Amino acid sequence: MSVSEASRPERTTTEASAWETVIGLEIHAQLATKSKIFSGSPIAYGAPPNAQANLVDLGYPGVLPVLNAEAVRMAVKFGLAIGARIAAHSVFARKNYFYPDLPKGYQISQYELPIVGQGAIEIVLEDGTKKRVGVTRAHLEEDAGKSLHEGLPGVSGIDLNRAGTPLVEIVSEPDMRSAKEAVAYMKKVHTLVRYLEICDGNMQEGSFRCDANVSVRRRGAEKFGTRAEIKNLNSFRFVEKAINYEVERQIDLIESGGKVKQETRLYDPDKGETRSMRSKEEANDYRYFPDPDLLPVVLDESLIADVRASLPELPDQKAVRFSSQYGLSAYDAGVLTASRELAAYYEDVAREVPNEPKLAANWVMGELAAALNKDGLEINGGKLPATQLAGLLKRIAEQTISGKIAKEVFEAMWASGADADAIIEEKGLKQITDSSAIERAIDEVMAKNPGQLADYRSGKDKLFGFFVGQVMKATQGKANPAQLNELLKKKLQG
Amino acid sequence: MSNGIHRKTLAQLAAGLRAKEFSSAELTRLYLDRIEASQPALNAFISVTRDQAMAAAEAADRDLAAARGGRLAGVPIAHKDIFCTAGVKTTCGSRMLDNFVSPYDATLVAKLKAAGVVMLGKANMDEFAMGSSNETSFYGPVRNPWNTDLVPGGSSGGSAAAVAARLAPAATATDTGGSIRQPAALCGVTGLKPTYGRVSRYGMIAFASSLDQGGIITATAEDAALILREMAGFDANDSTSVDTPVPDYAASLDAPLAGLKIGLLKEFFDKGLDPENERRIREALATYEKLGASLREVSLPNLPLSVPAYYVVAPAECSSNLARFDGVRFGHRCKDPRDLLDLYKRSRGEGFGAEVKRRIMTGTYVLSAGYYDAYYLKAQKVRQLITTDFTRAFGEVDVLMGPTTPTTAFAIGAKTSDPITMYLNDIYTIGANLAGLPAMSIPCGFVQGLPVGLQLVGPHFSEAKLLNVAHLYQRETEWHSRVPERYA
Amino acid sequence: MSLTREQIENIAHLARLELQPHEVPVYQESLSRILDLVGELDRADTASVAPMAHPLPGLSQRLRADAITEQDHHELYQQNAPQVAAGLYLVPKVIE
Repeated sequence: MSVSEASRPERTTTEASAWETVIGLEIHAQLATKSKIFSGSPIAYGAPPNAQANLVDLGYPGVLPVLNAEAVRMAVKFGLAIGARIAAHSVFARKNYFYPDLPKGYQISQYELPIVGQGAIEIVLEDGTKKRVGVTRAHLEEDAGKSLHEGLPGVSGIDLNRAGTPLVEIVSEPDMRSAKEAVAYMKKVHTLVRYLEICDGNMQEGSFRCDANVSVRRRGAEKFGTRAEIKNLNSFRFVEKAINYEVERQIDLIESGGKVKQETRLYDPDKGETRSMRSKEEANDYRYFPDPDLLPVVLDESLIADVRASLPELPDQKAVRFSSQYGLSAYDAGVLTASRELAAYYEDVAREVPNEPKLAANWVMGELAAALNKDGLEINGGKLPATQLAGLLKRIAEQTISGKIAKEVFEAMWASGADADAIIEEKGLKQITDSSAIERAIDEVMAKNPGQLADYRSGKDKLFGFFVGQVMKATQGKANPAQLNELLKKKLQG
Repeated sequence: MSNGIHRKTLAQLAAGLRAKEFSSAELTRLYLDRIEASQPALNAFISVTRDQAMAAAEAADRDLAAARGGRLAGVPIAHKDIFCTAGVKTTCGSRMLDNFVSPYDATLVAKLKAAGVVMLGKANMDEFAMGSSNETSFYGPVRNPWNTDLVPGGSSGGSAAAVAARLAPAATATDTGGSIRQPAALCGVTGLKPTYGRVSRYGMIAFASSLDQGGIITATAEDAALILREMAGFDANDSTSVDTPVPDYAASLDAPLAGLKIGLLKEFFDKGLDPENERRIREALATYEKLGASLREVSLPNLPLSVPAYYVVAPAECSSNLARFDGVRFGHRCKDPRDLLDLYKRSRGEGFGAEVKRRIMTGTYVLSAGYYDAYYLKAQKVRQLITTDFTRAFGEVDVLMGPTTPTTAFAIGAKTSDPITMYLNDIYTIGANLAGLPAMSIPCGFVQGLPVGLQLVGPHFSEAKLLNVAHLYQRETEWHSRVPERYA
Repeated sequence: MSLTREQIENIAHLARLELQPHEVPVYQESLSRILDLVGELDRADTASVAPMAHPLPGLSQRLRADAITEQDHHELYQQNAPQVAAGLYLVPKVIE
């Protein structure tokens, strides 16, 4: 890092707004098939080095690729979900370049005729406005292996287990104008591929990652600026940080009289900066041509119809239904449909408390989400089954316990795994709804506080709260608040 | 073992084995001894797998004794060293693979093994099948058994020389631009290149994937029919293999030729064709007329463009196919690489010979940015024009005939300095590869003691007809049974 | 068509082939002549012709069922490798 870069001051909003950012993403989603795209090797993550690299994956002399049907179906599924045209005739091409993690010296990809054509994805921005991001194309290709550098002095180790894992590369139009938009788009695609069950979405393992094409131009300019491609971003946070860094870098560069170079850059999360990739410095000439080992992929209508019929309810459709069926706000509906598992959980809870969909939403998005997050658990991990949470909500709904007590019960449930009723029973948390018992408590409080009673009766209405508090204290918070209010008012008036 | 057995055809050997006239072990030993005796003069083999061969022969004898085993049980053959053979060095004629032991069998090898065939060894070849004279082999040139100063043709020169000298009754081979037919012609043996997709390419080290096709070199068409039946067929490991039933090619060998319409390829009887060779071809055609066939001249106007189209498509595919030889997972690695780039450049620079490098560079150039449309795309369009010419011709005639090569075998070293002259050797054979058609070369006479080949080209999947047409000619003539004196 | 020395060097670099200095003019001459030969393609009128990528017309890609058919044989496969350690293929340090 140069000194000037290190000491760069924060840019003010006015300065930044003279510039417009233009972003396009190329998202790589590993398809959740059992075997590789062109061979029968498994694609499980974490196997010993090269244990899952067979002759085809290693590019041995004489071997040939045969296309995995499921990879094709998954790509079609994605295409249908974004309303894209599915190519009746698509072609695999070879992208030729030398790299140690690329065993054949070429990657089998699709170039001129991809399997999925133009489509679009709608994202919701922070201010609630919606934006359509165009998808140029999505194509099938094989993943490369991995080069490992740590603990190997002077050499790199090549593990080709990942080589040949099926990928769908989703190429967006340069439609995004900020890092936040890019993240919203990437999250939406992430949601979508998991809904479709075509990708596990595991970003740490690299199952879902992207390259970001970033450029800047003066506001109002028509032509795009020269773009830099930031490779291999594997978290939403890195996408945001890398893009923001890159935008600043490019603006600084241009403002100080320099020119942005079209190049491949790498984001270093430790330093929080992007740097030029030395290995990809030279202009690449990939020499694409149709792969003569593979024939054109021809999809008939029946296969497409078959895949269409297998499509699940998609996130956008589900959110609309949640709004109308459960009376939820668009925001809540959006949150609850962010994953298929979360939505299913919510619906399981809501089914048990049919008159309280909003209560169910609040608890799922509030207490439950916070607890899961704190413990780093997944909604479908079985920690707190939907029926158990519903058991708690039922007691709130029928006023057996107050909302405040419910939080205490929830914490106990989370810690012990016991049902709400057992905890309420055990801890004696049942709300007091017997009016004679509440009246008795009121009488005692009034007897103990004659001064306050006199003040209240002489017009100090504010002391009502004091009496509520005292009675609640006396009943350990279990008095039904509505009943208490009514009875207390009557008694205090004398 | 009695003399003259090596003069028998493969069909006769298979029958003799079944009739217990001789054992596979006897037969195998006989051929192994002939190979070893011939090596100094011919250099037709890169590896001789004596131990494996004898073990396989003994196993075949047990099968034969129990009346078990495949249809070719105990028959020894040679494999071109382009086919991967499990546990056996597979070099493709290159220094790059001098240390390469294949961990698997090519589909063709496995199928022939299942039919009971015994492998004698791996036949010499032009490096990565790039050559027409067998002079580009890292293991030195193969010599023509008819005259050891001359080339045997290529790239399957070892296979053709082996069969011509009866070092094996048959040898597998491959044909990308004539690599079966041209050496078969120059060595006076029968060569069959099947329809593209008829024989699996799995395990056959790729040169140009859209042109490569495995086939066979034998003494007779009948022998080719017997072997093709075993090695042809659908392979789930090869996406370009075609799922079409494999007929019993031998069953239709004797079908009469009356009414057969033969087209003479006008473009092949050009000024490049040696007049003496042309005379042999015309004589062969006259024989066909006697057999009841009719002749007519057919013009394929785009055929003269097959050499230029081929020298775009084949190098382009080869430049990509050979990228996997990078010194990382197998094959030659240079000593003490300074860095990754040095590892790549020196391993490949040292591992590949001059002709292979020439083709890789040609292919790299024609595919590179700015040239793709002018060369590669244009060549693919011309390929379509040539294919359409053939399709039109087969609307009029049943089989096309012409010379396999412009001349008989040439001297070793005569054309090595000029690649273009060498390339033009394949001028008559390349068309069938571009169009994916089955084609054969059969011996049809001699010019100054050197064999001449007649080429037969048929429509897709017409192997049975081609074999029938070739067989009936061989019933009328004896060119195919001539053996060089030294190997008789 | 005449290729320059620099063009030959660029092609050789793209193809990752080390050429000896004396080889460069040889390839310069022969590749130029090969390009002259293939230049004959210009004679053909291909205006309305579709490119042909594959010799058998009308065939389409067969699809393989998604099933695991392969086992771990890396020790066998690595017997051909020039340099391995702990199951990894080794190469000079890759700089990214």
